[in-house]
Amino acid sequence: MDFDNLINGLDRATLDGITRGSIYALVALGYTMVYGVMKLINFAHSEVFMVGTWTVLGVYTVLGATSSSGTGMVIGATLLALIAAMLASAGTALAVERIAYRPLRKKGAPALIFLITGIGCSMVLVEVFGQVLKYFFGPPFGRVLVNVPAVLETKTVFTIPGVDLAISNTRILIIVGAIVMMVALDTFVNKSRLGRGVRAVAQDPDTASLMGVNQERVIMLVFVLGGAMAGVAALLFTIQYDSTKFDIGFIIGLKAFTAAVLGGIGNLRGALVGGLFLGIVEVYASAIWDSSWTNVYAFVVLVVVLMFRPTGILGESLGKARA
Amino acid sequence: MSQILDAYRGLKLGDRWDGAPKVVRWAVMLLVIAFAFYLPYLNILPFAYIRTDLSSTGSDWASVLFLIVVYMIVAVGLNVVIGLAGLLDLGYVGFYALGAYSIALFGSTNSPVVGALQSRFGFSEEWAVPFAVCIPIAIVMSLIAGVFLGAPTLRLRGDYLAIVTLGFGEIIRITARNLDNVTNGAAGITQVPVPPGPEIDGRNFFNTIDAERWYWLALTVLLLIIFLARRLEHSRVGRAWLAIREDEDAASVMGVAGFKFKLWAFAIGATLGGLAGLLFGSKQQYVEPNAFMVNLSFLFVAMVVIGGSGNIFGALLGAFLLTYLPERFRAFVDWRPFAFGVALVAVMILRPQGLVPSRRRAREFEDRRHEAEEAAADV
Repeated sequence: MDFDNLINGLDRATLDGITRGSIYALVALGYTMVYGVMKLINFAHSEVFMVGTWTVLGVYTVLGATSSSGTGMVIGATLLALIAAMLASAGTALAVERIAYRPLRKKGAPALIFLITGIGCSMVLVEVFGQVLKYFFGPPFGRVLVNVPAVLETKTVFTIPGVDLAISNTRILIIVGAIVMMVALDTFVNKSRLGRGVRAVAQDPDTASLMGVNQERVIMLVFVLGGAMAGVAALLFTIQYDSTKFDIGFIIGLKAFTAAVLGGIGNLRGALVGGLFLGIVEVYASAIWDSSWTNVYAFVVLVVVLMFRPTGILGESLGKARA
Repeated sequence: MSQILDAYRGLKLGDRWDGAPKVVRWAVMLLVIAFAFYLPYLNILPFAYIRTDLSSTGSDWASVLFLIVVYMIVAVGLNVVIGLAGLLDLGYVGFYALGAYSIALFGSTNSPVVGALQSRFGFSEEWAVPFAVCIPIAIVMSLIAGVFLGAPTLRLRGDYLAIVTLGFGEIIRITARNLDNVTNGAAGITQVPVPPGPEIDGRNFFNTIDAERWYWLALTVLLLIIFLARRLEHSRVGRAWLAIREDEDAASVMGVAGFKFKLWAFAIGATLGGLAGLLFGSKQQYVEPNAFMVNLSFLFVAMVVIGGSGNIFGALLGAFLLTYLPERFRAFVDWRPFAFGVALVAVMILRPQGLVPSRRRAREFEDRRHEAEEAAADV
């Protein structure tokens, strides 16, 4: 127990927690949207995120971008990496839906089977980067940690006076980027015509299809949107941690799902609240006790919240949001 | 493929079995059991080709058989949770690890717990909790863990159970890794005790060389557990599980206490997982946290679901295939997880009810498929 450690570094810990939480929240969106519409935990979503991080690495490698590149190159490479990661992740999510979930939906299989094919897809994707691509192309693929060049150099933009906390450009990008994407998605789901279809299917699939909503198309849309958000998260993750690995998705995915459940699964704003909450709790708890127990804190928080508020902090409401 | 399946269905093995005279059934069962006990010495062509030690790089056949049987015990236990009660438990490895760690912590002279007991009560350096006492300790530990995990989470919706149990599996592993002064941390615990037995050729009856004895022990335990699980399945409790799986609301209207029976299923499943872990830890004589990774939980679930959830023999088949095939094709060790993932997706899409589903389960699937088709036709 070391509360002094937390109090002394409270500003720093809060910043770390928000950064971490923003990434969790973006990945959590994919889980929460798919769950809201299909009542299904998409176990392959963690690997959708992982594919995004590799795409970022690929774009940097092709463009030859490094930490010493000029300003134009930095902006160009980062934007291109963002678009490529969003496309690759959305494509992966769509492929998973096509291969693993659609045939089962046609057969009316029970929910358990969807989980199993999701886990199967997740293993296949992990092994594609850990083994198959290594077999054909060699490094950097394989079962090792890979460095992603820090194209965007970390610089202190300003210092918060009083607490003397340095805010760097990468932190701003991650936090602002995550919030902008979430607001955009929230607006899309709540204001646009397609978004109304998503909410309708989440509320009552049968009635929605009677009202002329194409359910299959809504499901595809949800996977694409969730995948694209995971792609954004992947770029932000590589900016913050400068690395990727074939099995990086597992723990991030687990945390992101925990965040989604914490905030109230099926609720977009809940994903943001849950993600930030989880990120901050993890960092605080690690400061007070020991950082080798980080994952344990996350699950203890989950169980405690579920015991006292089974529908999460904000409740479940993709469909029940103001129409 | 489908022709073979149709031919298999035409045989109506299950109906024939039920229709056969009792004498025939007993004779066949005894023959199968006798053959199972003979397996380590299997030497008759062409059956001997299934042995895993044909090439010099292969793994020891009796040890593979032992692992298959331990995983079969796991599959029978998990089948109670997933197949009968319809609860998705993704943290089963936690109970397996608890079983293995219980016997290591209390039975090994290498364990800090035993060390503390020795100095507290002034026992000699060689003293440790006897093996026979370790068994109830392991069972009680995993039972308590099952009830503690189940009591708060089983009231929640089914999907949350998956994620909470997944977390539980991780917590057990991280705890075992981090609590250095209780579990020796990542170094693990050596000198895990073996069951007592007469000394033969100057060695303990249960040792690291004669793996077939371990296999026979595990097989005996497995047969006992299969018998008990069958009795349980056809008891009042078993029928309650079935009703909950089919429709929990309808079951509770009919007076089936959903939570109580789900907790029972969870606790029984946990106990069997702990028992399997105990056997595993004792045979290895060494327990370390990295032997209990999350992937093992997925493997366990895959065994039950691929084999055909709800059917004990399906679970046994699943456990056999998913343990035996990777050992038989050890040369492709790097490709095994990839092949496993592909097989998982392929089998589930082509045959969502599993390879040998229980007859009731197969009919349910047929029903649901028709409903889905009709719904599609209506639109």
